[in-house]
Amino acid sequence: MIELKNVVKTYDQKTIVVDRLNLKIEKGQIVVLIGESGCGKTTSMKMINRLIPMSDGEIFFDGKSIMDYSPVELRRKIGYVIQQVGLLPHMTIGENIELVPKMMNWDKNKRRLRTLELLDLVDLDKSYYHRYPHELSGGQQQRIGVARALAVNPDVILMDEPFSALDPMTREQLQRELLKLQDELGKTIVFVTHDMDEALKIGDKIAVMKDGKILQFDTPERILKHPADEYVENFVGKDRLWKLPEMMYSKDIMNRKVEVIGARRRGLQAFEIMKARGIRRAIVVEKEGKLQQVPLGWIHISQLRGQAAEEKTLRDLVKVEIQTVHETETLPNVLALMKETEANRLVVVDDEEKIVGIVTQSSVLDVLADLVSEYEEEGDED
Amino acid sequence: MDVIRFMVAHSDDIFGALIQHMKITGIAVAFAILIGVPIGVWISKKKSIAGFVLGIANIMQTIPSLALFGLIIPIMGIGFKPSVFVLLLYALMPIIKNTYIGITTVDAAVIEAGRGMGMTRMQILKIIEVPLALPMIMGGIRISTVINIGTATIAALIGAGGLGDFIFRGISMADNQMILSGAIPTALLALFMDTLLNFVELKITPQGLKGDE
Repeated sequence: MIELKNVVKTYDQKTIVVDRLNLKIEKGQIVVLIGESGCGKTTSMKMINRLIPMSDGEIFFDGKSIMDYSPVELRRKIGYVIQQVGLLPHMTIGENIELVPKMMNWDKNKRRLRTLELLDLVDLDKSYYHRYPHELSGGQQQRIGVARALAVNPDVILMDEPFSALDPMTREQLQRELLKLQDELGKTIVFVTHDMDEALKIGDKIAVMKDGKILQFDTPERILKHPADEYVENFVGKDRLWKLPEMMYSKDIMNRKVEVIGARRRGLQAFEIMKARGIRRAIVVEKEGKLQQVPLGWIHISQLRGQAAEEKTLRDLVKVEIQTVHETETLPNVLALMKETEANRLVVVDDEEKIVGIVTQSSVLDVLADLVSEYEEEGDED
Repeated sequence: MDVIRFMVAHSDDIFGALIQHMKITGIAVAFAILIGVPIGVWISKKKSIAGFVLGIANIMQTIPSLALFGLIIPIMGIGFKPSVFVLLLYALMPIIKNTYIGITTVDAAVIEAGRGMGMTRMQILKIIEVPLALPMIMGGIRISTVINIGTATIAALIGAGGLGDFIFRGISMADNQMILSGAIPTALLALFMDTLLNFVELKITPQGLKGDE
């Protein structure tokens, strides 16, 4: 649908904003361009509808170079939604939505019917037709912005941080509705944002950009699990914790502080050690003092009491079978396993079955608590 | 009270002068609109010359009107035409400036939205910029008109007629009543036009810009 080939944007022949960018956007997909400010994401997007002229390279729209269209013709084929919405304040909502249809000489009846249909589509009452933009909330205005972009039913829509200025609740609502709309309409959408959370939520594919280049262009899943480099990893990771739970692994929620005790210790010895350390439970391992080992089992201080126990080694005493979980298991699976096995604690192991940490009910709770407070802080900032 | 009696006695003359006064200022302002608005629009698109044009217009404003009326005589002689010309120069500045400000302060996001939906430059001007700048432009016209009504009294010096005639004749005859019968109608005319144009300004302000009323 849209293909960028070696696209370059420079200012004054010196400052390179977009550097030989290649990007192929398939029909019906939402492609998110993400990066920090100044990475060239908005510039890249605006070159598609020629709001910014490219310095070099080619962009194809529907198989044809965008230079073969007049800018006006091209832009009428491509919907455009911006962060500040940009409704014409002196016109009613109806007139605003009908701008492009009017420029394309639709007759009055057809325009009006289409506008009412669009109002319905973006979940606003027909009565808004005669209202003015300043009477609407920010979220409602952006709904009109989306309706306006859809007016003549373009195949492609460019969205430049459309929800960034909205409060978190409205933003989330509009994100959901965009996905709903997308299910119905199947548009090709190029979506610019700096919010990874948003990108993961709505993107079919995400292009992570830095210094005018695409570092990685992939599905959200693969960007999270296999970041191309450290930059992408950090960019994704910063607020990954409160992403979708499927994106959260047991190693993210585990407690790294694990008490281990050597298997050759005798019960009495072990009892004293554990008492001295002030712990009631430990993992029995082959060698004392090293964490990275295969766990043999749990030992509880109550098992060490009594004549019989005092003389036996821990290897013989270990009874409680250990529940292990791989470090890349996802949070929902970890929770399911805990419920299924009625285990209060899972030992997190790596590929070699060696201990890397433990997940307990309280460590899961800690993570959830962090998640909630982080989310609230995020909300306070806006 | 003598003044009122004097004015009633000379009401025909005063009325004639008032009409003449309105004619000179009206024509001057009308031409100033025809010239000033396009210049204002033009320089709002060409930022590089905007400073230059606004500078010239500003300087024009600082020349004492009395001197300008005197300077115009060797070039255009005396009478109606040179008077209107000088008044036109004075009326230009507020109109150019307000048009320029009105257009350059239109929300950039609205213009970007317009470009993004495929409006031509002309459509952006016609559909977005001018309607949104209109109240500001109208404000410039109002200021021009009010200033011009006062300045036009001086135009009587070079034979334009109007209410200035009474004032100058009164000064040379040391007749205060005569001065006042020129000054009072001038002031009333200025006040009236100010109110009228203010009303028009409000009327043409698009509904959507008036806020929640």
